[in-house]
Amino acid sequence: MKTEQLVASLVADRAGSARPLGRSVSRAVLAGALVSLVIFALEFGPRVDLAAALATWRFDAKLVLVLAALMAASVACLAMARPVTTARWRWAVLPVPLIAAAALGTELAVLPAGTWEARLVGSNALVCLTAIPLFALAPLMALLLAMRRTAPASPALAGAACGALAAAAAALIYAFHCFDDSPLFVLTWYSLAAIPVVLLGAAVGHRLLRW
Amino acid sequence: MRAARKGDDEAYRRLLLLVAAWLRGVASRGLAAAGRPNADCEDIVQETLLAMHLKRDTWDETQPLQPWLRAIARHKLVDHLRRRGFADHVDIDDHSDTLAAPAAAEEGSALDARQMLASLPERQRRIVEGISIEGQSAKDVGVRMGMSEGAIRVTLHRALRALADAYRKDRT
Repeated sequence: MKTEQLVASLVADRAGSARPLGRSVSRAVLAGALVSLVIFALEFGPRVDLAAALATWRFDAKLVLVLAALMAASVACLAMARPVTTARWRWAVLPVPLIAAAALGTELAVLPAGTWEARLVGSNALVCLTAIPLFALAPLMALLLAMRRTAPASPALAGAACGALAAAAAALIYAFHCFDDSPLFVLTWYSLAAIPVVLLGAAVGHRLLRW
Repeated sequence: MRAARKGDDEAYRRLLLLVAAWLRGVASRGLAAAGRPNADCEDIVQETLLAMHLKRDTWDETQPLQPWLRAIARHKLVDHLRRRGFADHVDIDDHSDTLAAPAAAEEGSALDARQMLASLPERQRRIVEGISIEGQSAKDVGVRMGMSEGAIRVTLHRALRALADAYRKDRT
């Protein structure tokens, strides 16, 4: 087959399928998160004092932090999906450490030093470490499959970004179950729980996202 | 590319042919730098065109097209060189006389690409042949094979993806 002949097939195939990347990525996250929501509803359930918790600054700060991480990971994921990456996505990550530092600073200023350790260890650490990776599995799989259409400059990095995005989505769900709202707890255990997801994403992405 | 996204077939055809000509230069320079014979050149061009076509959604409209194209071309060239391994490395001096006479751009690859086509399932192969080699429209092929135009397009898309996979896996 000559190149000119191949071109005829490519032109005939052109119709229709120019879907924006952002839409397929967000659709994959949503579909995966729905599966996780079902697990959440069946096995975990929201915390009983949800309404009261919503009024506390710690719970709100937790939500803001997780949402910022979700935004940052989405932008990073879309950036990593392309063969050429501009540095713009880094700006989206910036709010995360800023919010984290502000929440942490406030917490340390409000609480006497003696109670820090109890807040840091919390009461849910083990649940947190299992629930977040569990909730992240379905979104991660959906994301990686959606990303096969893309052309990442580095498949491993793109996979890691998928892992981060899946972990952030999982954290958002889990946040409604967890009683430990202290920024000390959230920053420590949520991040630790995200690590295996990111690593898994990178490992699978390295194989699956090659093109 | 922008026009092509809006549905301008003719613009897309012109773009692909322009890119193919540019790729031919990139690929033969790359092969020469790696000390390879130029025979694979057209294969690289076709594989890269396929990748560019299948991955066209990853081009960000707010960015210039060229860096994106160059990144795909580089990726495919490196991929190709790595796949072939460096075992059959030829010293460029031994072939300086044959290098001096460039073959007609496309001759070397026609056979190889036909083998690629042969690896496709029967129906996919007939559609690609109908459109590419016999120059029919998707509609005509559909009439001949008793399929709707939509079904033809779906199968064609699958065939192109399979072709891209075949390029990636077949050569070790």
